[in-house]
Amino acid sequence: MASQGGHPGRTLIALAVIIAGLAGLIAVGGNWTPKLGLDLRGGTTITLTAVNTSGSGAVDPNSLQLAKTIIQSRVDSLGVGESEVTTAGDRQIIVSVPNVQQDELVRLVGQTAVLRFRAVHAAESVTPPPAPEPTASASGSGNPSAEPSGAASTPSESASGEPSASPTGNNRPLAGLPTAPPAPRSPRPTVEGQGTPPDRAIGWQPSPEDQADFAAFTCADKDKQPDIADQPLFSCDETGTVKYLLGPTLVEGDQLSSAVAGVPQNDVRWVVNLDFNSEGAIAFENATRELATRQDPQNRFAIVLDGETISAPSVSAAIPGGRAEISGDFNQESATQLANVLKYGALPLAFEVSEVANVSATLGGEQLRAGIIAGIIGLALVVIYCFLYYRGLGIVVVASLGVAGILTYQAMVLLGGSVGFALNLAGTAGAIVAIGITADSFVIFFERIRDEVREGRSLRTAVETGWRRARQTILIADAVSMLSALILFILAIGSVKGFAFTLGLTTLIDVVVVFMFTKPLMTLLARTKFFGGGHPLSGLDPAHLGVKALPGSRTRRPAIRRPAEEVSV
Amino acid sequence: MSKVSELGHRLYTGEVSYDFLGRRRRWYALSAILLSISVLAVVLRGLTWGIEFSGGADFKASTTTAASTSVTQMRAALEASGVPELDEAEIYTIGDNQIRVQTRTLDPTEEVPKVRAAIASELGISSEDVAYSLIGASWGGQITERALIALAVFLTLVAIVIWAYFRDAKMSAAALIALVHDLMLTIGIYALVGFTVTPATLIGVLTILGYSLYDTVVVFDKVRENVRDIKASTTRTYSEAANLAVNQVLVRSINTTIIGVLPVAALLFAGTVILGEGPLKDLALALFVGMVSGAYSSIFIATPLLAQLKEREPDMKKLTTRVNNRRQREVQKPPSDDVAAPASRDEVLDDTGYAGESTPVGAAAVRTGSAGAPAGERGARRPQPQRKPRSARKK
Repeated sequence: MASQGGHPGRTLIALAVIIAGLAGLIAVGGNWTPKLGLDLRGGTTITLTAVNTSGSGAVDPNSLQLAKTIIQSRVDSLGVGESEVTTAGDRQIIVSVPNVQQDELVRLVGQTAVLRFRAVHAAESVTPPPAPEPTASASGSGNPSAEPSGAASTPSESASGEPSASPTGNNRPLAGLPTAPPAPRSPRPTVEGQGTPPDRAIGWQPSPEDQADFAAFTCADKDKQPDIADQPLFSCDETGTVKYLLGPTLVEGDQLSSAVAGVPQNDVRWVVNLDFNSEGAIAFENATRELATRQDPQNRFAIVLDGETISAPSVSAAIPGGRAEISGDFNQESATQLANVLKYGALPLAFEVSEVANVSATLGGEQLRAGIIAGIIGLALVVIYCFLYYRGLGIVVVASLGVAGILTYQAMVLLGGSVGFALNLAGTAGAIVAIGITADSFVIFFERIRDEVREGRSLRTAVETGWRRARQTILIADAVSMLSALILFILAIGSVKGFAFTLGLTTLIDVVVVFMFTKPLMTLLARTKFFGGGHPLSGLDPAHLGVKALPGSRTRRPAIRRPAEEVSV
Repeated sequence: MSKVSELGHRLYTGEVSYDFLGRRRRWYALSAILLSISVLAVVLRGLTWGIEFSGGADFKASTTTAASTSVTQMRAALEASGVPELDEAEIYTIGDNQIRVQTRTLDPTEEVPKVRAAIASELGISSEDVAYSLIGASWGGQITERALIALAVFLTLVAIVIWAYFRDAKMSAAALIALVHDLMLTIGIYALVGFTVTPATLIGVLTILGYSLYDTVVVFDKVRENVRDIKASTTRTYSEAANLAVNQVLVRSINTTIIGVLPVAALLFAGTVILGEGPLKDLALALFVGMVSGAYSSIFIATPLLAQLKEREPDMKKLTTRVNNRRQREVQKPPSDDVAAPASRDEVLDDTGYAGESTPVGAAAVRTGSAGAPAGERGARRPQPQRKPRSARKK
């Protein structure tokens, strides 16, 4: 700000342009209300902490990201919409799901992803409920085949000629699968230990009962059947277009030591390379030896993650050495995705449910109401106080608070749309506390102006000199506020972050408002007769300030009271 | 109100002056007592930690019907739920339509649904309307750790900011002591009253550290302004200049505090009356206590402390001696000159300058005699203008 007021009009116009611009942005976004946090509209927030199962130590950030992706897809599978999964700190994952009270959610989310390799005993294409896309088999369920990838020249396992997963494809219906009427399902064991262990799993054959159940199974039922390691499993692929009857687990996912997507030398197609540990390598070799002798589709094995078949490559020879390569219709993206999914199953991360916060919609509404009421009362009290104390200057306070309010609201709406900022209860509190901080800047400014007037300056000059001095104090005060907000934001966990965020936001806005609105407005008002002339209601009248007359309005400087002469008890 | 602003003016010019610094022993003693009580309260009573720190489950439900369930009925319902070890569950009613149940940490998939169902059926509402939060035991430890780190980082950074702003070790020290004072007082009140400490409380506490600091900054800013050329003159001692500064910013300080506290009071009202329990109340309470304490400490603790530290500097000692010498000479002069006295600003300030307790012997002691005695501990509330012999006022 230049001395003597600069160009108050221009600054005000610039501010108006900013506000209009923000409003325009909001209009483009089409959403006029800030995004509300779950504690204001009801919902469940789950904080998960990753535990490194290989002992203590840091959690690999990539593992955490992968876990986040998997959890997101699990939550999405509930079809609740607007769910949000974010990582926090170096080992937390925060899941926020609005309007859901399902205890199921907690169970689903906290579970570690389970990756298993099972033999395919039957595969059948089904008509999925939604319109299928032939190319949707991005994760490699298309036309995969597994081949050994040793350093030595490998007998190339011929691709099994398995058709791609186009829904009406010629996935052969399986022999001995009469379309039996949905028979009442025989209760299956839900705990491990009663079925076939991995070393004998390859010899398992479905019973007629299993076949019948499989015939009745639809992909809509897939969540009803638990994924038990040593029991057979009915599974569907990701798109719900193929259902599989799978044998008990051949190899557990934790025996897979790595999965990497890449393009082999002298080739142009993407593949996923698997590496098993020694135990897994033996199991995998035994299983593939047996599978290779079977007829399609029973020569295939399924890679099952959390009960879902993500890939089912065929095998035409035993794969020794613990290294396998899944090839198929991969592109870089689908190969990487499959590799990630495979890796996640083998990830040394378990999750502990650290915190569950569940707010019913009723309570959420009540909290929102309380926040709004507190805001209104707080605002009203501050405005009343300012009018009582500063009289006419109260208008400046109200107008400035109004502008700050508009800017804050706009910022919240825009941040909700762009960075997903959600206003929660603590955030509301931050905004309300900020009313005081913002109004405080005006107090500093006004008191400075008054001091300057008492020092014998004219009001117009006092506004400028007072501003120069107040500016410094306002900036240091806001810097302190900002510092608190930043530290809180960096160090706080969970909902209290919202407080820090709104506090920081409103502090910034306070600076904008004081510099671009309050100061120019005061400069303009000082030129008016009402304020500049010290009208009794202006808050700048001589009696109010305790001086006999406003300096500058008339040249009566000696008339300043000489307090020394009038001391009395 | 106009009387208040008139007072503001008179404080500014020094016409009315409260002797904040002269009675510093009194304020120190008061604070010492309060702080001792705080420490004792923390040691003897301890703080009530929320389940966020210790781990546990917290269920909250509103009964829509007026028929409120009694605590004993609810306890019976809990025991019938089949979840073990719920004997120590704490059950409260909030207002007339809310009930709150706090238990040990529960298993999120097995036990929580059972307890929710038990509470819901007891209240005759749907299980989905029972809000709950669950905190794992180890998580609580992590939250505590984070909070302590935040506090340490904050205090360190604040110390740096203060130092960078004032570039004066003594000012920084005084501001930090005031900060710690506010912190201890707030914690003490929590221990004394038995309010539950939650993460929201901690946020509140960290925020008030900012406020407290800010209050101090406002006062010290003025002190700095008043002492800018003090060594070159013989008109005021450091303590006097500091006391004038406190008086000059008194109205602003009060205004700042009131305006800061008003929204917090509204928050406290909404948090307590409408919601009963929760982050609003916790946050507002800590802010409320801290802001009031921050305003108090910046005036009654930080500034006197600063003056005391400064008066120890050799330069300031010399200044004090010079000021006293001059005043002694004036006292000996005949009192005839005040009629002809010019009334420039400087003199208005000069002759109301305060002679602090640290001023050595001599005439100054005589002068303070009339100024010091009457105000009493609540001097800030009622005007107690210093009255001086006319002769002493003029050069």
